[in-house]
Amino acid sequence: MEFSFDLNTIWFILIGVLLAVYGVLDGFDLGVGALHLLTKSDEHRRLQINSIGPVWDGNEVWLVTGGGALFAAFPDVYATAFSGFYIPFMLLLFMLIFRAVSIEVRSKHESTRWRNNWDRAFSISSILIAILIGVAIGNVTLGVPIDQNKQFFGNLLSMLNPYSLLIGVTALAIFMMHGAIYLVMKTEGVLQKIAKSWVNNTIIFFVVSYVSATMATLIYIPHMVEPFRAHPEFFALALLNMLAIANIPREISHGREFRAFLSSSAAILSLMALFAIGLFPNFLISSINPAYSLNIYNAASSERTLGIMLTMAAVGIPFVLAYTFGIYRVFRGKVRLDKMSY
Amino acid sequence: MTTELWARLQFAFTVSFHYIFPPLSIGLGLILVIMEGLFIKTGKKMYEVMTKFWVKIFALTFAMGVATGIVMEFEFGTNWAVYSRFVGDIFGSALAAEGIFAFFLESGFLAILLFGWNKVSPRMHFFSTIMVSFGSMLSAVWIVVANSWQQTPAGYHLVTSDGVTRAEITDFREMVFNPSSVERISHVLGGAFLAGAFLVISVSAYYLVKNRHKEIAGSGLKIGLVMALFASLFQLFTGHSSATGVAENQPTKLAAMEAVYDSSAAADLYAFGWVDEENKTVHGLPIPGLLSFLVHGDSKAPIKGLDAFPKDVHPPVQLTFQTYHLMVAIGFALIAIALVSLFLFRGGRVYNAKGWLKLLVVAVLLPQISNQVGWYTAEIGRQPWIVYGMLKTSEAFSKTVTSGHIVFSLVLFAIIYASLFLVFIYLLDKKIKNGPEDETPPADVYSEQRLTV
Ligand code: HDD
Ligand code: HEM
Ligand code: HEM
Repeated sequence: MEFSFDLNTIWFILIGVLLAVYGVLDGFDLGVGALHLLTKSDEHRRLQINSIGPVWDGNEVWLVTGGGALFAAFPDVYATAFSGFYIPFMLLLFMLIFRAVSIEVRSKHESTRWRNNWDRAFSISSILIAILIGVAIGNVTLGVPIDQNKQFFGNLLSMLNPYSLLIGVTALAIFMMHGAIYLVMKTEGVLQKIAKSWVNNTIIFFVVSYVSATMATLIYIPHMVEPFRAHPEFFALALLNMLAIANIPREISHGREFRAFLSSSAAILSLMALFAIGLFPNFLISSINPAYSLNIYNAASSERTLGIMLTMAAVGIPFVLAYTFGIYRVFRGKVRLDKMSY
Repeated sequence: MTTELWARLQFAFTVSFHYIFPPLSIGLGLILVIMEGLFIKTGKKMYEVMTKFWVKIFALTFAMGVATGIVMEFEFGTNWAVYSRFVGDIFGSALAAEGIFAFFLESGFLAILLFGWNKVSPRMHFFSTIMVSFGSMLSAVWIVVANSWQQTPAGYHLVTSDGVTRAEITDFREMVFNPSSVERISHVLGGAFLAGAFLVISVSAYYLVKNRHKEIAGSGLKIGLVMALFASLFQLFTGHSSATGVAENQPTKLAAMEAVYDSSAAADLYAFGWVDEENKTVHGLPIPGLLSFLVHGDSKAPIKGLDAFPKDVHPPVQLTFQTYHLMVAIGFALIAIALVSLFLFRGGRVYNAKGWLKLLVVAVLLPQISNQVGWYTAEIGRQPWIVYGMLKTSEAFSKTVTSGHIVFSLVLFAIIYASLFLVFIYLLDKKIKNGPEDETPPADVYSEQRLTV
């Protein structure tokens, strides 16, 4: 298996793509979850859950596959990050469990108390997952104390530093905005009106937290900014990101929800791309000594494995895209409740 | 207790809990294909009602499987960091393949299976059911390939750089088709079919005992029993070839499974027994020379016993022996149950054999137990190795994670999983008591409508 260009770089990009698509797809269903408790009637809540009903599981598979691909392509990153962030990671897993179960069982019993409790579990777990994802990105941006044995010991308190929390809040904000737009797209009547008001509020929430997060990054984290100094053309991406965000209120006010949704998807993708460019070629930056950082070479699997995996991806990804588009097509249009609904 | 033990305990607990659900999903998935296939072929309403009923139960087991599976995907990194670095090159690719090839397939078509009844044509729906079933089997294939590689490694070489050794792939085909994967995949799938078949058998028998849904229950019972008969015979066959494979590739495990201590003589097979580890003997019912016969085709040939290996690579003997014997005993019991029940079907006697039907109701536990103890045999018999002959379990856990951390997460897992299990049983029980749609009392329909308007 000979490739003239660098497999390590390709896999950095591919894993980035898997996780970015995860952000776009699970992003809206996490957002729907975060907004869930804002309506009170059982019908509205059922509509909200069923708007993501057929797709949330498939969306989560992007995370699972991203995790598997990271394990295979960069085992040291997989091992170091997950064992180092042990407790936060366990919390994330618990939240993922609660979320999956509450979606499934919430409507299976006609008691108001039962439903309210599962509604809470669904919403709180969605909110915490969104924040934890942001906190993880924040800590990766800051760097972690990796030693010469490619290990570090991170506890929950050191992870919850102000910068990472700010990123956590920003992640929550963008997912809520994204989810609100999705709901406008999938609902009609009263619920759609409510969702529209959410869009306006969450845009403000997002812009405020996003501007603060950007300033904090520019001021406190010089290493994230360096690649952009060296290659000013990357600023185009930052510009694209801002245009995408600015476009959302415009599309919503014209009633073009789908385009608004594409815009917020583009905003998430471009943010992930900016993050990846800032990080490249590192995965985990050591705050002790830059030489200990885990990068796409010293943390990678063998060339052969990277090559085999690329073949698998080339065979598998077209199918994955076909199912994904197929499912979204079958379930396009406004959500309606029937006997088999949640 | 040491960090290693806590890590093992947590892994064993979380994977055992996960493994309650996949066999049900895989087994029910195949049964749904059969039921919906019968509906498409005959057009009978009964089969449609039956399929829709079982789809709801399938949705529940599947959701539980997904929720608990995500934990497993990341637990290698959190708790077994050294292991992850050592095997990532190989093991990781099997896990990634599972995601790309199996999980996307499953979750995509599952949406249509559950929610697509009015959105696609009946044929397309049937196709989706087949794909979900196929996808769940495919995920079993990849995860068992990964596990089989750590049992019987092949297609790799060891590379050392900066004082750290790890295994790297040399031949992907050899890695995938390592000496134990084919047998073990078949055996795992057979176990899953039994789990699904006996759930259908149990619920159908319950309705017959209660004189409810007679037509659907009778037909469900038949489908379940026929599948159970084939699958249980298949287990005997694949189990036997697994055992001969173990004898060849993992001699310490085989010696522990039958508590063979002495390499010089022919070995007996115990129907049951208790191992006296101190005196290296077994008290029980031996069948003379049978183990030698099964492994070598010659009842006089000696079998490599534990005395041929240094003490520090002996697995725990008693546990391996007992779990193995329990699995095999259940295996024979399942064959007998399937045969007797099918015999009772002739002339419809089974409908009145209330005592036997009650036995069938509880028999749902047997394949579950067998699946669990089967894995215990395979995994405990592998000790002290995590990767057979290469990496010891005691070296493989995460060095930056403390006992305190693991105890914290383990306690939370215990609480959360216990509550999940209660919720699962409660909803399962409710669905079963409600029964298939056709007889839903009007009051229930009313309340459902009220909730939707
Ligand atoms: C014999 C089969 C089998 C075995 C041994 C395992 N699993 Fe599993 N797993 C399945 C068969 C399965 C399954 C049938 O595909 C699922 C989907 C629905 C279900 O109930 O189980 C599942 C779900 C599932 C999911 C969720 C997938 C989704 O989101 O759709 C993950 C991430 C894993 N598993 C990962 C693992 C890992 C890392 C294991 C090893 C320690 C493991 N499973 C053992
Ligand atoms: C799903 C069914 C499975 C069950 C019930 C099961 C059971 C167990 C048990 C009981 C242990 C602890 C053994 C001991 O501590 O002595 C264990 C350990 C382990 N198993 Fe499995 N296992 C299963 C599947 C798998 C699969 C599919 C893999 C890998 C792909 C795997 C990999 C491991 C690893 C890495 C350990 C930790 C090291 C150890 O303690 O041996 N297991 N398993
Ligand atoms: C009828 C006689 C049976 C025999 C002789 C048999 C034999 C075996 C052997 C030798 C192993 C260990 C394989 C290894 O370590 O690589 C095994 C594992 C296992 N068995 Fe069985 N088995 C039988 C019945 C059953 C039944 C009825 C079930 C489930 C319903 C079952 C489920 C399992 C499972 C899940 C495993 C672990 C996966 C594996 O290692 O293949 N077995 N069996």
